[in-house]
Formats: sequence, structure tokens, C-alpha cells
Amino acid sequence: MTGGNTEQHIVSYGKLTTVWLGLLALTALTVWVARHNVGIGHVWGSLAIAVTKGGLVIAFFMHMKYEGRLLRWLLFFALAVLAIFIGLTFFDVLYR
Amino acid sequence: MNGPLHKDDAGAKLGMWLFLFTELLLFSGLFLLYGAYLNRYPHEFGAAGREMHLGFGTLNTVILITSSLLAAMAVTAIQRDERRKAIGLLGGTILCSAVFLFNKYLEWRAEIGNGIFPGSPRLVVGPPGESVFYSLYYLTVGLHGLHVLIGGTFLTLVAVRVQRGTIHAGNYVLLENSALYWHLVDLIWIFIFPLYYLIL
Repeated sequence: MTGGNTEQHIVSYGKLTTVWLGLLALTALTVWVARHNVGIGHVWGSLAIAVTKGGLVIAFFMHMKYEGRLLRWLLFFALAVLAIFIGLTFFDVLYR
Repeated sequence: MNGPLHKDDAGAKLGMWLFLFTELLLFSGLFLLYGAYLNRYPHEFGAAGREMHLGFGTLNTVILITSSLLAAMAVTAIQRDERRKAIGLLGGTILCSAVFLFNKYLEWRAEIGNGIFPGSPRLVVGPPGESVFYSLYYLTVGLHGLHVLIGGTFLTLVAVRVQRGTIHAGNYVLLENSALYWHLVDLIWIFIFPLYYLIL
């Protein structure tokens, strides 16, 4: 991988299938956690699993792992803006 | 068209990603509303959430993840100049989108049959938190369903172009961008699933 370059990178069928299996396993895990564990812990657990699944989709299915610096920084920027929105909203809602 | 065709695949992909970021923020707004109202009506959200059909939610999650795999494989296929394979994989993705929407139809029909829809007599007399939950549910999932429909349409147009040979190993940014859009639809569902079907 060469940073900043946009040359094409081919992700093999095998690697994509492995990611798919990982996503299926995480789906099974999240359903199991929700059925067997009640309390505040499983909210954070479910969201952590969802973030992990989202990361796999973005990195491999959407090729972000193989993209250059520009797209990676833009993704980081978008997620940072999102984190600020979420943080400020709950800062307001929870401590009103 | 006059002159040599201008082609800028990196620019096209950059534009697609910028658009996807706005989509991300659009759905995040709905998730934020969900979080704020969950904080205000925890018991009503809990009661309403337990009425959701976990089976439909899980099945549709598996369908979308699989469709995302097929779309990603279609990109690999076109890069390797395996056109027939790319068309088959795109067909599989489109089939998944149709099955997803059909499941959604069955799920909504069952819910509407139980008197659960915005403004229904049952929700009007019920606690306010419950009607807020279902309004957000129909809005978020409905908007997501619209994206499934749009994504499926785009992928169909792309498959036709691959068939005609206008999309090939040397020019496939349209397929790549449509696949990116489809992965975003999958990504949004990955968060809808725990929020509406699991954590309550």
C-alpha cells in the first residue's frame, strides 16, 4: 500500500468471505448477549459489537484499509464531528 | 460527446464518500433523537421494544451482511475482468435487497395489524413514550428502506451496464460507488438492529 496514492487494490474473494464470516459471528454474539444479559452493560456491549461490525464493513468491504491519506482523514473528520454531536447532546440531556 | 472523455475516478470516489458522510450524519441525527428519548422514557421504550420481532430483525441483518459481501465481491470480479461473475454477484445483491424489503413488508403488516402505526387509536391513548418510540421506528426504518430501494435500483442499472460492456475492468467507478452506497445501507442497519431490536 502506498499512502496518498489511489491505485487500485484488489481484495481477494477469500478475504471478503473471512470478513463475512466474522460479521455473522458478531451478529450471533450480539443476539446471544441481548438474550442472556440484562442491565446497563449489554447496551454498551451491543454498541461495541455494532461499532466493530461497522469497522469491518468500512475497512474491507468499502476498501478504506487500502485508501490513501485523504479519504482516511476525511473519515476521521466525519467521525470526530459525529462524536462531538453525540457528546454535546448527551452532556445536555444527562445533566439537565 | 465532443473530444476525449474526461475521466477522474479518484474524484468520483471522493465525491461519493463526501455524500456518504452526509448520509451518516442524517441517520446519526435520528439515532441521537432515539438516545435522548430513551433517556426520557426508559420504561415505555422498554415495553415497546419487547414487542419488536427479533426474528425478522436478525434475518434481515444476515441478508444485508450477505448482500454486502456479494457487492464487495462484484467489485473484485470487475477488477479481475470477470464480467459474467460480476453480473451474477450483482444479481445476488439485488435479490437480497428484494428479500429484505419483502420481510420488511411482512413485519410492518403484522405491526400495523396489531394497531401499531403513527397516530393509531392504540398509540394515541397509550403512554406518550410508546408513540414516540414507534414514530422514530417507522421514520428511521422507513428512511433506511427507501435507501435499500434506491441502492437496489442503482445496482440494477449498474448490472445492465456491465452486461452492455460500458462498465469493465478499465472503467468501473460507477460499480464501485454503487457498492459503496450499498455498504452504507448495510452499515446503517448494523446500528438500527441493536438499537431497536436488541438493547431494550
